[in-house]
Amino acid sequence: MDKKVLLITGIIVVALCLAARMFWLQIIDDHYKVSADNNALLYQTQYPARGEIKDRNGNILVGNKTTYDIMVTPVDIEEFDTIDFCLTFHVDINDVRKKLKYYRENKRKIGYQTFTFIKQVPSSDYSHYAEKAYKFPGFYAISRTARVYPYEAGASLYGYINEADSAYLANNPEYRRGDYVGITGIERSYEDVLRGKKGYNIMVRDVHNRIRQSFKNGEYDVAAEPGKDLIASIDGPLQQYGEWLMKDKVGSIVAIEPSTGEILAIVSSPGLTVNDLSNIRKEYGRLASDPYKPMFNRAVMSAYPPGSVFKTVNALIGQQNGVITPDTKFSCSRGFYYAGGKMGCHGHRSPLNLRESIMMSCNAYYANVFRAIMRDPNHQPISDAFDHWKEQVQKFGIGVKLGSDFPSELQGNLPSTKTYDKIHGKGKWSAFNILSLAIGQGEVGATPLQIANLAATIANKGYYIIPHLIRNAPDSLRRAKYTEKHWVGIDQQHFDPVIEGMYLAVNAPPGAGGTSRRAYIDDIVVCGKTGTAQNPHGRDNSVFMCFAPRENPKIAVCVYLENSGAGGTWAAPVASLIVEKYLRGEVKRTEFEQMVHSTNLKQYVPVKRKK
Amino acid sequence: MTGGMSYNSTRRARKVDFGLLLSYLILVVFGWLNIYSAVYSEEHSFILDFSQRYGLQFIWVCISLGVAIVLLYLINPRNFPPLTPIFYVAMLVLLTAVIFLGKEVNGSRSWFFIGSFGLQPAEFSKITTALLLSYVMSQYGFSLSNRKDALRAALVVIVPILLILMEKETGSALVYVGLILVFYMEGLAGWVIVLGLGLIAMFVITIALSPLTALVCAFSVCCIIRFFTSRKPVWLLTAIPLAVLMCYIPTLSETETFGFLKALKPEVWVLLLMLPHVFFWTRDILAKRETPSGKYALISLVAAVIMVFSVNIIFDKVLQPHQKARIENLLGITEDLQGIGYNVHQSKIAIGSGGFTGKGFLNGTQTKYNFVPEQSTDFIFCTVGEEWGFLGSLLLLGVYIFLITRIIHLASKNTDAFTRIYGYCVASIFLMHVVINIGMTMGLLPVIGIPLPFLSYGGSGMMSFTILLFIFIRLDMERQNKDADF
Repeated sequence: MDKKVLLITGIIVVALCLAARMFWLQIIDDHYKVSADNNALLYQTQYPARGEIKDRNGNILVGNKTTYDIMVTPVDIEEFDTIDFCLTFHVDINDVRKKLKYYRENKRKIGYQTFTFIKQVPSSDYSHYAEKAYKFPGFYAISRTARVYPYEAGASLYGYINEADSAYLANNPEYRRGDYVGITGIERSYEDVLRGKKGYNIMVRDVHNRIRQSFKNGEYDVAAEPGKDLIASIDGPLQQYGEWLMKDKVGSIVAIEPSTGEILAIVSSPGLTVNDLSNIRKEYGRLASDPYKPMFNRAVMSAYPPGSVFKTVNALIGQQNGVITPDTKFSCSRGFYYAGGKMGCHGHRSPLNLRESIMMSCNAYYANVFRAIMRDPNHQPISDAFDHWKEQVQKFGIGVKLGSDFPSELQGNLPSTKTYDKIHGKGKWSAFNILSLAIGQGEVGATPLQIANLAATIANKGYYIIPHLIRNAPDSLRRAKYTEKHWVGIDQQHFDPVIEGMYLAVNAPPGAGGTSRRAYIDDIVVCGKTGTAQNPHGRDNSVFMCFAPRENPKIAVCVYLENSGAGGTWAAPVASLIVEKYLRGEVKRTEFEQMVHSTNLKQYVPVKRKK
Repeated sequence: MTGGMSYNSTRRARKVDFGLLLSYLILVVFGWLNIYSAVYSEEHSFILDFSQRYGLQFIWVCISLGVAIVLLYLINPRNFPPLTPIFYVAMLVLLTAVIFLGKEVNGSRSWFFIGSFGLQPAEFSKITTALLLSYVMSQYGFSLSNRKDALRAALVVIVPILLILMEKETGSALVYVGLILVFYMEGLAGWVIVLGLGLIAMFVITIALSPLTALVCAFSVCCIIRFFTSRKPVWLLTAIPLAVLMCYIPTLSETETFGFLKALKPEVWVLLLMLPHVFFWTRDILAKRETPSGKYALISLVAAVIMVFSVNIIFDKVLQPHQKARIENLLGITEDLQGIGYNVHQSKIAIGSGGFTGKGFLNGTQTKYNFVPEQSTDFIFCTVGEEWGFLGSLLLLGVYIFLITRIIHLASKNTDAFTRIYGYCVASIFLMHVVINIGMTMGLLPVIGIPLPFLSYGGSGMMSFTILLFIFIRLDMERQNKDADF
């Protein structure tokens, strides 16, 4: 073929490729005409209202109020009365001048970009501005919502929202600078539900830079979709009551509805007030430096030694593994003696059977039970027995994360055979080296949430539902997660003696040796177990877990008070008041509640560490 | 050539190729208007405001027209050929000097500054290279099939390329690659061009997909070529299953039975699979049992394999980081609309927002305030696309294609070898500039900073393109005169 013809054909083919590309870009593909980067179009973001949070009775816990952000597009600014502007918004004139100067000096760099000029203008200022908005070309207002907390309780749960920072933006490309995002608590766990969907109005500008005309009559505008409301499982009055009781005390209350796993109240004291939360930016420094750490949610983050409440777990595992029966008796003479040591106990009659051991919280009994578990002929050597035991404990949700909807939930502690191999040498440790696990001391740590969940598990005779705060999660994934029954692998009949023991601990006649008499309520059958956890940093921690009523339980409670002495002394009364308040709707023992409320148990802390 | 001065002048004036002159004027005026629009602001709205680029461009246009007139009427083109080595060497000196004495602009050392006016020798060396190449190739007895002649011609092109590469003006150097078309027109076999394009395709496939894909493609294409040209098509029957097998090497190596495949990279396995084929192929060629096409197909296959295995070296060692990033961005390997992809993204929006008829002169909103950097120079086509739309862009492209094909047509008709070859040079250079520049602004090619002839702002460019074109117009007039005389 003629080379010239070939060459010209080639050139025309290449030209056709270019023409095809032009056709694609300019005629076919609409994407470039309404692109967000198209400088001729001004995208005014419409922010959605964030979803509200209500309690189980319909009280609004977290609501919204309207505020306004004043936006500015520097290229559109014309001369305006700066003083009038500052008076309208109550802002400092020097700040305004500084910003305007910056815009003038960086005209090219800024181009058509839009910035937030003033944040969170209250609606009173906005209405003054709206009357004379025409005097300030280049500025416009967009409505934003700010959080309000009309119900004075539960501030530690909700968490706060703030503008997304650079790190967050980098990981979540769907967010833009200036978007609010939940930083902690429910706001964070349910960010996807609460946030809603942003919309925008598209304005178009002419060649002289003047905007203010809707692009194609709003055909391409997208309305903002408000976030969905959440219904918390929290019982507002109970939560408020719990916080009132915990005044001047350090510790937690967790109350769960056993049949659903719904958290009725969860108090971490000292905690945040709704006032702190509304002004979190201002208060943050003070809160962060408070030695009592009010922002630290003890109920889900503190791993405490559970103390004697843990005996119930060993009682159940012992029965399940067949190493004890409800009628197994062990004797106790103020303790359990073994080669090289003694585990002390308090004075009570001896020997005891299983239900009496729970009722009187006998240490020696559980030393025997634990030794029997570790010497279980079906699981030898001891490392096997230990691993088996650990697995069983983990099924109770202890030593593992429960998976609640607290973003900050921690798993607590449970040692492994490795821990002991390291301390004592491989194969060189026996049941006696780890005997403190029998009574919930030593290397075991549980959060109050996990202890409350244990109470709920006993109340349900064998299963729990992951404790959670939100009743109406809209997605099926969460719904499935928070309705599934987790069986702990203990046969139902083994729970009866344990529940009987917990019943007797509270309801046995005075003088019979029940450890939890102070949890007793007329007309309501409470089953409970005390714990007195030794605290290496100071006075013992006071622990109590219970559920009520005995038949068809409606509430399971854990109260954990730091440095407050024996479990029966303070934790049991607090728990009994919570139970009464919830089941009866009111508390008849007014003097008793006043006494609990006004007792200051903070005085023993803080313990200063030696430097 | 016996007529008096005045007689010659009038005849010449009539014989200037009207088509070329008209397209030149259209492009220059259209370019100037677009620069005005791109830089336009209300404070400086007078089109002859000499503090602005459009004012300056007006000066460049005037000077260029003056140069054009000088070229048309005051210089005898017959004198050009023997002088070309002198021009060429002088330009090499300038190109070398600028490496040491030039000012660094955007990372490349290619500018001389006289006061505030910059001069870019690389722009002008296209002219001297084209002239010398035409001179060398038009010598009596020159033939590309003579190895010495071919080498000499190649050197003429390669030396300035190397110097310009040293200035880090990769874009300008790339333009010289287009001169391969001149070699093609003057006798270079067509399959070399095909091979060149094929190697570029290998490079892209290797980066965008995988070395394995590239190898399988090369093998399949070469075998198919052989199939259609060979006297023994039966070979293809083994090539197809082999190619299929190659595709499945990574999958097979995941299975237990063929787990041993993991021992070597899949590319190496592909090579091993090709070996017997290549062996028998070579044997057939040596025994003269293959057609020339079969031979070229094998050479191409070997070249492709070498290309695939050296892509990483080219990509990592030869190219500079920003060039790498531009290629990766074009191929969609990385997306970075704020950084490296910003220009192209903004440019595509500008062109795309033009629609069918465009927004009208001075009504482009997208191209104001330098949203597209280099708006008036390398990205001037954005303004065209936005303000004149698909219609205007297409017409502009049409004018360019008319200009280029007209030059080729006139050149091929010319009986004088020097004029003919020079015409091919001019056409190739324009073609490279137009395709690369427009392709880049529309996101078809990586960002390569070379101007759009006659439209982009810049004195050196305007002048060099004008000289390049008008030397040809003048040489072409000579032919017409001859026609008239004899």
